[in-house]
Amino acid sequence: MAVPSTEIDVLQAESEALDALVGHPPRRRWNPALLVCADLPPVASVGELTREPTRAQDESQAGAASLSAGATQRLNRQGWNWQGLALPVALLLVWELSVRAGWVAARLLPPPSDIAQTLIELGPQGLLGHIATSTARVLTGYGLGAALGIAAGALVGLSRRSAAWLNPSFQALRAIPSLAWVPLLLLWLGIDEAPKLALIAIGAFFPVYMGVSSGFRDVDRKLIEVARLYRLSATALVARVLLPAALPAVLTGLRNGLSLAWMFMVAAELIAATRGLGYLLTDGRETGRADLVLAAILLLALLGKLSDSAVQWAESRLLAWRDTFDTLGALNSRPNAS
Amino acid sequence: MSSLPHNTHQVETSFDTRPAAPAATPERPLLDVHVRRKAFGQRTVLNDFRLRLQAGEVVSLIGSSGCGKSTLLRIIAGLDPDYEGSVRVNGLDRWGTTRDIGFVFQEPRLFPWLSVADNIAFDPERPNDARQRVETLLQEVGLQGLGQRLPKQLSGGQAQRVAIARGLFTHPLVLLLDEPFSAVDALTRLKLQELLSNIVREHRVAVVLVTHDVEEAALLSDRVLVLDNQAGNAPRELPIALPRPRERSDAALAALRHELLLALEAAHAL
Repeated sequence: MAVPSTEIDVLQAESEALDALVGHPPRRRWNPALLVCADLPPVASVGELTREPTRAQDESQAGAASLSAGATQRLNRQGWNWQGLALPVALLLVWELSVRAGWVAARLLPPPSDIAQTLIELGPQGLLGHIATSTARVLTGYGLGAALGIAAGALVGLSRRSAAWLNPSFQALRAIPSLAWVPLLLLWLGIDEAPKLALIAIGAFFPVYMGVSSGFRDVDRKLIEVARLYRLSATALVARVLLPAALPAVLTGLRNGLSLAWMFMVAAELIAATRGLGYLLTDGRETGRADLVLAAILLLALLGKLSDSAVQWAESRLLAWRDTFDTLGALNSRPNAS
Repeated sequence: MSSLPHNTHQVETSFDTRPAAPAATPERPLLDVHVRRKAFGQRTVLNDFRLRLQAGEVVSLIGSSGCGKSTLLRIIAGLDPDYEGSVRVNGLDRWGTTRDIGFVFQEPRLFPWLSVADNIAFDPERPNDARQRVETLLQEVGLQGLGQRLPKQLSGGQAQRVAIARGLFTHPLVLLLDEPFSAVDALTRLKLQELLSNIVREHRVAVVLVTHDVEEAALLSDRVLVLDNQAGNAPRELPIALPRPRERSDAALAALRHELLLALEAAHAL
């Protein structure tokens, strides 16, 4: 159904006033026919409701308010967040110009155009292979570490007894800087793939473990009480109440674990590798090629951001039900009346 | 309680797991609570407390905080097993929670990740007609068409309506309400009180209502129990013998409200 036209007029006026305030050029006027909210039930206009009081009058008014708020939010959210790119692009421009102008030595800080050139030259020399190797290591190690983290976190988060037995030990292990494991891993597992994957897994394990265990432990007792009224079995309690309630913390843990997995991949490849982005970094250092080092850094930034965005996307899909600042616009917002 | 098998010649292979029980009578009340003793540490909260309810009867519990009202509800619901005594529903001893008792808390306590409809039909023993039952209940609490909304899209009053619908989903014999309307604004409270009195009439469910609001108690109940902080004292019982539907402006209701206030004051003074 369409938003009541009076609502639109008010919002239009408000928006134009705001534009005038910040000096925005005039925008196209909204088309009421496009402001449709298929997921909402028909709601009479606010004016009609005040004339004809009904049983659920106050609540329907709240519905109308949320309708218009949702519509405006959808308008604001249309289009892609281009603002995020502005700063990096500006920095690249300044960088390029200052190297060209001779303020910075190009040998130490090659300009972005040189780095792009390097990347293009690396293409036929197996750049994709390096990227694939590193990505495969991250995914394998992360999968291993995250799976163990979920298992251990669930055990400790769901059972007070196992928490009493295990949590202090896990906390102690967590206190060890993960890189301190490197010599031991090299001694035990040799210099091949195994120590690299193990290191990445260790790095990913602890954030996931922390997220999962605290997520389960912090589930609202009041919701568990509701579940008890229905005599849910233990598995049903976990599946229907504890897991969804813990999901925000679990996903935060998974996301933190993934970024640490990238970090430890680089550490592992810096120590000993013949392929991968870490190898490119080492190669660049040994041959004195800053452009190669920067190219590898750039690729790491891109890959890290890409994988993080993937998890973030999953997060926003799975957690749209949350009533938080972040999800304000994800669905139409909470009504502002009681 | 038409859903219960009355016929004593019932076939042995009946799938109804509930044992046959005769209908509630004054001698055999629908809900029979006897708490011999309930204590938190050294402090006794309830001592030899009895409460009997017939089907369709509404009993309100009022009294100062800490007098054991909410504790009593939790005992009846089976959420607090740490007491001496017994709770019988329809003549049968009840241990732990049961689908025969619905509970509406002070806060709606909806599962935020489930839609309104899924919250109402949270019962793991989802009957085949669950969807239709949800629609009926939504209609009854005045929220038709809002089944697919998420709890965050509801106002406080709407959320509490959903909680009431969820409490009724399992066709409970007893509905327990723990200050259900204390967190909503005055106008919404009046509407929810009206809704509750309609529901009691239609479902013939026995209701135990804990409240701080003497007007609410007078308006909705058949009896009001005034509890005090002395666990040994029997609660003072005031019958509300007014015809229904009741008018807030009724002089008799105002007089009863005054009487309840005095009783509450007397209980406080102890």
